[in-house]
Amino acid sequence: MTATPLIAVTNLRKSFGTNEVLKGVNFSVNEGENLVILGRSGSGKSVTIKCLVGLIPTDEGEMKVFGTDVAQLSYQELNEIRLRIGFLFQGGALYDSMSVRDNLSFTLKHHSPKLSNEEVQTRILEVLENVGLAESIDKMPSELSGGMVKRTAVARTLIIKPEIILYDEPTAGLDTITSREISDLILAVQKKYKTTSIIITHDMACAKSTGNRIMILKDGVINAAGTYDELEKSSDEWVRSFFI
Amino acid sequence: MLDKIKNSFDDAGKLSLFTARFFKEVFKWPFQLNEFLRQCYVIGYKSLPLVTITGFIMGLVLTIQSRPTMSKFGAESWLPSMVSLSLIREIAPVITALICAGKIASGIGAELGSMKVTSQIDAMEVSAINPYKYLVVTRVLATTIMVPILVFYADFIGILGGYIGYNVHGNASMYSYFTNVIEHLEFLDILPATIKTFFFGFFIGLIGCYKGFNASGGTASVGHAANSAVVTASLSIFIIDMLAVQITDLFFS
Ligand SMILES: Nc1ncnc2c1ncn2[C@@H]1O[C@H](COP(=O)(O)OP(=O)(O)O)[C@@H](O)[C@H]1O
Ligand SMILES: [Mg+2]
Repeated sequence: MTATPLIAVTNLRKSFGTNEVLKGVNFSVNEGENLVILGRSGSGKSVTIKCLVGLIPTDEGEMKVFGTDVAQLSYQELNEIRLRIGFLFQGGALYDSMSVRDNLSFTLKHHSPKLSNEEVQTRILEVLENVGLAESIDKMPSELSGGMVKRTAVARTLIIKPEIILYDEPTAGLDTITSREISDLILAVQKKYKTTSIIITHDMACAKSTGNRIMILKDGVINAAGTYDELEKSSDEWVRSFFI
Repeated sequence: MLDKIKNSFDDAGKLSLFTARFFKEVFKWPFQLNEFLRQCYVIGYKSLPLVTITGFIMGLVLTIQSRPTMSKFGAESWLPSMVSLSLIREIAPVITALICAGKIASGIGAELGSMKVTSQIDAMEVSAINPYKYLVVTRVLATTIMVPILVFYADFIGILGGYIGYNVHGNASMYSYFTNVIEHLEFLDILPATIKTFFFGFFIGLIGCYKGFNASGGTASVGHAANSAVVTASLSIFIIDMLAVQITDLFFS
């Protein structure tokens, strides 16, 4: 493949005190690609993508996003990059004092204060329709089911038209059917918004349907990488154990 | 024990950095006016009933309790001005600030703490909205402005309570009572007392935000953030009060 990598991570290292979490992680994601990261709980998957958006400072390594090293940027420059990236938190992280509508308009109005209220409402409705939530627009986060929370969170990242979306365990805590719906949503978003994504998951069904490529994180390094079919037939027993 | 001492130094250091960040962000454009006004409203509205009740009772009780001593010295006519002086200089600021520490600092600590542990603050950060500016600057400015206003209000309600306490055994007209109070008030009674209330308000907001932002782990840490915000804010009120009295004494006597 000759596609240009939109995200290129080299030798990423991060420790918390004596707890060495990432010990030199290398990977890249091409434009338009969905990369799935697998790994046991606590292996540093969330830390990896939090480093990518500057939520956690790194110790060492280079993280090129859109061709610039995120670790070297000023706060202002970092924020410009952040506007091009959507981040879906594990629990959804919806602002629980705001309705679905306000969760979406909050970011939009903050960054485009000149937008008229009508335009804001049109964009909110359009995005909510795309995630299948138009009728819940005035609900509060506490009234939403698990799947709806995830959909709202996806909608909230889509409202700023990101080029990259980072999904942290999008199907965690959902039943099988809802998980499949969210996986389908991720694929639909990839098609419609032409996004490049990293998807962290435990859910093999989700990994299979959404991932163009899969990587396994173990002991702070990328232990295996390939397509679903390749990894399923891996000679390494530990890698195969994910696919049972 | 040694660990505890080390921790509190650690905490003081982090709080100083947090304060420094406040002063760095507060002068940066754009200012979140809507959120600031909303916080002013919430803070004033939340504390008003409590401040009314305690202010009134303080004035009332202080008058009734002081009367026997004052009349022993034949100084009963000094009662209104004595009570209002104690109220304005010390009692209303401290009691109101303590109530705000209980009501507002804990509220901010719990609110921001739960936003922190559910990643809402991180979500703000990654959508390129400065959470420090949006959440902390607005709240700290709101408490800095609202606490002095609440104290003024408590002064007034307290003096009104004093009037009613005074009339339990006497009868003064409202007019003569208030004239008596105002005649004996000096600018120097009001100024230092007012200045310290700004500091009370500032630290109530700052400590609430600091504790909330530093909540980590599960939901238990939200309760901890609220609780330690109240304790730390109350303690800081007493310390500021002591410093304020010393400084006033140094300059104005
Ligand atoms: N902010 C933090 N402070 C200290 N340790 C952390 C922090 N975030 C994550 N860790 C540690 O890093 C390790 C990896 O965490 P994480 O990336 O969340 O795992 P997961 O792969 O399940 O997403 C864990 O051992 C966790 O305790
Ligand atoms: Mg995780």
